[in-house]
Amino acid sequence: MATQSNALRGLNRAQSTGRSRRAPFRGRDVALFVLACVLSVIFLFPFFWTVMSSLKSVQELNTFPPTWIPQDPQWVNYPKVLQRVPFLRWTYNSLLVVFLATLGTVLSASIVAYSFARFRYRGRDLIFMITLGTMMLPAQVTLIPQYVLFHKLGMVNTLYPLWLPAWFGGGAFAIFLIRQFILSLPRELDEAALIDGAGYFMIFWRILLPLCKPVLATITVITFIAVWNDFANPLIYLQLPEKFTLAVGLNYFKNFPEMGGEPTQHLLMAASVMMTAPIIALFFATQRYFVQGIVLSGIKG
Amino acid sequence: MAVVSTQLPAQRRSPGLVARLVGAKSPLETKQALWGYVFLMPWLLGLTIFLVGPILISAYLSFTEYDVLSSPQFIGLANYARAFTGDKQFWPSLGRTLYYSIVVVPVGLIGSLALAMLLNQGIKGTNIFRTLYFLPHLTPAVALAVLWVWIFHPSLGPVNTMLGWIGIDGPGWLTSKQWALPALIIITIWAGVGGNTMLIFLAGLQGVPKELLEAAEIDGAGAWARFRNVTLPMISPTMLFNLILGIIGALKVFTLAFVATNGGPSYATWFYALHIYNQAFHYFRMGYGAALAWIFVVVLMAFTYLQLHLSRRWVYYAGESD
Repeated sequence: MATQSNALRGLNRAQSTGRSRRAPFRGRDVALFVLACVLSVIFLFPFFWTVMSSLKSVQELNTFPPTWIPQDPQWVNYPKVLQRVPFLRWTYNSLLVVFLATLGTVLSASIVAYSFARFRYRGRDLIFMITLGTMMLPAQVTLIPQYVLFHKLGMVNTLYPLWLPAWFGGGAFAIFLIRQFILSLPRELDEAALIDGAGYFMIFWRILLPLCKPVLATITVITFIAVWNDFANPLIYLQLPEKFTLAVGLNYFKNFPEMGGEPTQHLLMAASVMMTAPIIALFFATQRYFVQGIVLSGIKG
Repeated sequence: MAVVSTQLPAQRRSPGLVARLVGAKSPLETKQALWGYVFLMPWLLGLTIFLVGPILISAYLSFTEYDVLSSPQFIGLANYARAFTGDKQFWPSLGRTLYYSIVVVPVGLIGSLALAMLLNQGIKGTNIFRTLYFLPHLTPAVALAVLWVWIFHPSLGPVNTMLGWIGIDGPGWLTSKQWALPALIIITIWAGVGGNTMLIFLAGLQGVPKELLEAAEIDGAGAWARFRNVTLPMISPTMLFNLILGIIGALKVFTLAFVATNGGPSYATWFYALHIYNQAFHYFRMGYGAALAWIFVVVLMAFTYLQLHLSRRWVYYAGESD
């Protein structure tokens, strides 16, 4: 934990000061700054191109050589997406899955982490090692039997398989992160509450959980983004268009470019922008927690 | 006084069966341990239902023929035999996936480290640059595939347009048998190099003691010597972590290929994970798919083991005595 917090402090310091802490060698700094700008252009260009394409008409999208800026921006492409495919329905499905999966992860992972961090019982360390081991397990091994399971339960073509598993512990990563956080909280808090007559669940709910807000925020953001972007699971479980999440909906849309006799590539670009924009906005709003979680996960505790 | 005298012997009594089962020495510890199990319950259930159970079932299914509708038929090792000898796409898809990983992992690691080092120089706007480099990594893989199909469009895409400016007649990229795989590699690197790997490296770099770097500088070590002899050993644990995650991630490549090329043209981007998916969920050969998944696990574990084994030679842990 000491290494973690030191590295985090270091990271935050580098972010906040921003300025050079080395000898005043301006030429080198200018060169690096220019390099950083060039790289930014490379990273941003595909986004620029997508947004520009989403504002073109079909004709303009298919002219050679391609235009860089749409001559007559077609803002109408965006509302057209909503008419052409059940985009709002897919958004609703995505949001529902994200909400339930995130809530399940946060609640169940934190109570399991509480158990790992504060209780002593036979088998605890073994189970914890197994938990960490599952992070190395590729999803492919469990994919087929899980599908069979949900098929037997009659849940194929429903949204259940996409969020239900999150309520059973929320996965090794979330458990690990919260456990580390609880370990850093003073035990005296629990003991004082215990002496005052609080039960173990009360200690968890009233004392530890509120203190865990920073790490829970991290997990909320990471889970939100992972579930919103997930493609493989919805692809396997959902076959009816009205059940689709945005990810599979977008792919479905892509495979029918001539829907209703009219080409729809420009609308597809608009739909991509609409799917990506919220996640970028969320990232900007919650960057701190997101970065923290990733950094914490990568450092030996 | 009476209370004390009745309670003391009770506490000294040898622990009961339950206490011994949960590894507790006193009634209080027993109670505590039982609550521990109660709070662990969601994960115990989750492990059983969604991990251990499926792993066992998957192992069993890999010895059967199973189409979900009728019950599984035991066929012994036939699925494995089929993979190794009868499946025309087995070896090529595995080879393609390895080829992809062998390019993507080292380039991704070196690129991420280079970006992290750039961001570690304290230039103006570091915070903004870090965010900009991270954006591709946030984009849903399906949206990414959709947009790159247009960027790599043979005649209407900006890549070939720009190549045209310098007199190069660009290839068909995703529609070309020869260039589809390199194109996917380019997309992967673009999307991944500034992502988690970079952030983890950045944190690792922040952990390198500045005194060491300064001492080396005073001793006359140049930038490269300082990097080679101070920075690199100090971040080697981070490097190992990123390497293992990178290999696992690369070998699992699926969504990008599925959406951008669907494995084509003529199997040029038919990766191993795509092969599993198609066998299991397209042809409903669940038993065969399970066997393929198990072969995949063995390959992954072999790689991870190899890395951990080799890492003893190059990973330096600060706490160890030398």
